[in-house]
Amino acid sequence: MTNSIGEIADAKAIFIIGSNTSETHPVISYRVREAVRKGAVLIVADPRVTEMAKLADYHLRLRPGTDVALLNGLMHIIIAEDLLDVDFIEKRTEGFEKLKEKVAEYTPERVAEITGVAVSDLRAAARAYATAENAAILYTMGITQHTTGTDNVLSVANLAMLTGNVGKPSSGVNPLRGQNNVQGACDMGGLPNVFTGYQRVGDPQVQEKFAQAWGVPLSDKPGLTVTKAMNAIHEGKIKGMLIMGENLVLSEANANHAAEALEKLEFLVVQDIFMTETAAYADVVLPAAAYAEKLGTYTNTERRVQLSYPAVPPPGEARPDWEILVDLANRLGFNWSYSGPEAIFNEMASLTPSYAGMSYQRLAENRSLQWPCPDKDHPGTPYLHVGKFSRGLGQFTPVDYKPPAELPDEEYPFVLSTGRHLFHYHTGTMTRRSAPLEQHRPEELVEIHPEDAARLGLEEGDRARISSRRGEVVAKVTLTERVKPGHVFMTFHYREAAANLLTNDAFCPVATTPELKVCAVNVEKAD
Amino acid sequence: MSTIKLTIDGRQVEVEPGTTILEAARKLGIDIPTFCHDPELAPNGACRICVVEVEKARALVASCSAPVAPDMVVYTESERVVQARKAILRLILANHPLDCITCEKTGECKLQDYCYRYGISESDFEGEVKDLPLDDTNPFYIRDMNKCILCGRCVGRCQEINGAGAIDFINRGFNTVVGPAYGDPIEKSSCVFCGMCVDVCPVGALVPKAGIGKGRPWEVKKVKTICPYCGTGCSLYLHVKDGCIIGASPDFDGPANRGHLCSKGRFGWDFVHSEDRLTKPLIKKDGVFVEASWDEALDLVAEKVRDLIKRYGPDSLMGLSSAKATNEENYLFQKLMRSLGTNNVDHCARL
Repeated sequence: MTNSIGEIADAKAIFIIGSNTSETHPVISYRVREAVRKGAVLIVADPRVTEMAKLADYHLRLRPGTDVALLNGLMHIIIAEDLLDVDFIEKRTEGFEKLKEKVAEYTPERVAEITGVAVSDLRAAARAYATAENAAILYTMGITQHTTGTDNVLSVANLAMLTGNVGKPSSGVNPLRGQNNVQGACDMGGLPNVFTGYQRVGDPQVQEKFAQAWGVPLSDKPGLTVTKAMNAIHEGKIKGMLIMGENLVLSEANANHAAEALEKLEFLVVQDIFMTETAAYADVVLPAAAYAEKLGTYTNTERRVQLSYPAVPPPGEARPDWEILVDLANRLGFNWSYSGPEAIFNEMASLTPSYAGMSYQRLAENRSLQWPCPDKDHPGTPYLHVGKFSRGLGQFTPVDYKPPAELPDEEYPFVLSTGRHLFHYHTGTMTRRSAPLEQHRPEELVEIHPEDAARLGLEEGDRARISSRRGEVVAKVTLTERVKPGHVFMTFHYREAAANLLTNDAFCPVATTPELKVCAVNVEKAD
Repeated sequence: MSTIKLTIDGRQVEVEPGTTILEAARKLGIDIPTFCHDPELAPNGACRICVVEVEKARALVASCSAPVAPDMVVYTESERVVQARKAILRLILANHPLDCITCEKTGECKLQDYCYRYGISESDFEGEVKDLPLDDTNPFYIRDMNKCILCGRCVGRCQEINGAGAIDFINRGFNTVVGPAYGDPIEKSSCVFCGMCVDVCPVGALVPKAGIGKGRPWEVKKVKTICPYCGTGCSLYLHVKDGCIIGASPDFDGPANRGHLCSKGRFGWDFVHSEDRLTKPLIKKDGVFVEASWDEALDLVAEKVRDLIKRYGPDSLMGLSSAKATNEENYLFQKLMRSLGTNNVDHCARL
């Protein structure tokens, strides 16, 4: 997030696009409610009638995968009605003219036709967002899990810059990250193209710094993302894999393809707390400690680093992942020695400018610190891009609408979107082993519109066969107007109805995020 | 605007205009009892236990809602105040079960604490007592409205903070209860089981099911952790007794969550003690996992990794780091992959 969670409560307008906030980030949705209670205008762009959509002043119920058209349409109106922040555009950005040319093509009428959102709603939402003193955009996988994921995010950034909603409190472009330490895993260099703190692989100075600190020669060739690695296994280029706490057999798009890849590996080692669907493919499984059993830090979606303490000992011979990694590294000849998590943190901070001012002592005393925190006296940074972007001027990037990779046809007439619900989490590894959560929501309920259900002879709780070009599952349906006719929604929480057997592994060419929000499926009554 | 000076229990204090007497007293470290006061909700002055005596005021005033005034002189434990509080406690006790021996709330019950403080062990008011059925229709918590003192904090949190609006005051007078519309069980209401009502209930009316009979508050060690689910970074305490987690409670000073939680963070921690946890390294032999020692397992991993690098080069390896592991672990993971000579390291940031 460019801004902080707490600031949302003071925004004058909030634009949520592609985030079912009250189910996927409930506590952040409380801040949205607080803002609405204080008079903020809420705009929600979502194909489904989520709780946030019900709360919204304007619900832009767009067709799945038409986000770029919608955002271009909003910008078209803002420019046409002269609601843009001329001062901000002149002083802080470049490329405005090209953007203006591009969005000129997206007239409200044309956008209404592509997205299915009424012209009057487009106009009202554009005005509400553009005229608010502070307007915050919140987004999640609803816009990133598309073949146009990067285009969608660029469009969101265009919109924020066009209205000067960056670099001040209660505004900004705010991706709500989905996992407790997904921000931290990125910050720590758990990515193929960057070391810690987004220091680029291939930058000679960066390479030299890390090679010297670690005392090893380093490759300057960026590595593969997980989506590309799956294909590389099928091509015989990847032979061995080390997985620490990931369940990609259920989380990857086109799960059969991912499972076949794991089968093909010569060697797979998995560190995890459970025998996951992924661990079952491993040659060696190493028992790890859970979050409640170890000391360490996590970085949340607002770049806030917090300490977490061990509450109970790990079961049996399970060990914290860091201990396992140290032992493995030493067997591979690296001579690592750390007295504990704090020593690891200190080494990391010494190599990472955005974390350089942090220490366990400061984190304990201040309760948390938000990066960038470049030195020991720095108080941390609640919002980014004040006065200047990291690249200098903010770059407007004109983008065109492109339809999703797979659209409904006669054989597969429905659009399937996947996501989460409130009571389970991701592939269910943890929540489905939580007695109260599992008792409350024990099975998948595929959301289908009552009109579609009636046509297919499906009643509430009936079992349906959902099939795509890649696989099929059987699951119970729930009849609800949360989805439009022609649209169905499933979670990926339930291994017995694994939605990712159906999803399309076509991916965004830049981010390689698969198109989990749109694929074509057929629905029929089972049994 | 200038600050306001006033005197509380003979001590001077200076506060911003609009501050309540309760807040001013807390600034001095004076503990005025409260049931219904909630710093996140508008004061409703419902319970009256926070009354104080203000010089020149005719009646006692509810300190949670009365703003300070210049040169105000306040007494928080005067004879009149104490008599009033005793009367309120007796009135509450007249219609409150005295099963403190087995009540889960014993040790952290405000009613119990204040009765102890003011020496009230029973009530001399006699009359009808509530006899309402327990609502344990959901797997998360029990609602025992016989113990409810109608402070309304649960209602405020549900409606204003969560927004679920599952509960409200129903009926009037003696028959007033807090519950879902039409007297439905909570499982059938719009409740999303965030547990924020449970966490602010001053008495034993709302009790998490998981910890029942497992430990008293004073036997429990509270350990601060960060919720393992979404990326909000909610800070919460796990309650530990004899090496087992028996409950959880929010960190009201949590920088990201201010004491707010959702159903998963509040109630979904028990997977930690699942019987399915892996407890020994496993090596697959002829398609079947066999238990192994750490030395055997790690030696095998190291040998295979070295062998693959020798045969196919380091870029034949791929590492998946974890959005669930700590920063320290993610740092070491990518350091290991990169030290082996490849940048093939990623995690599920896109899923």
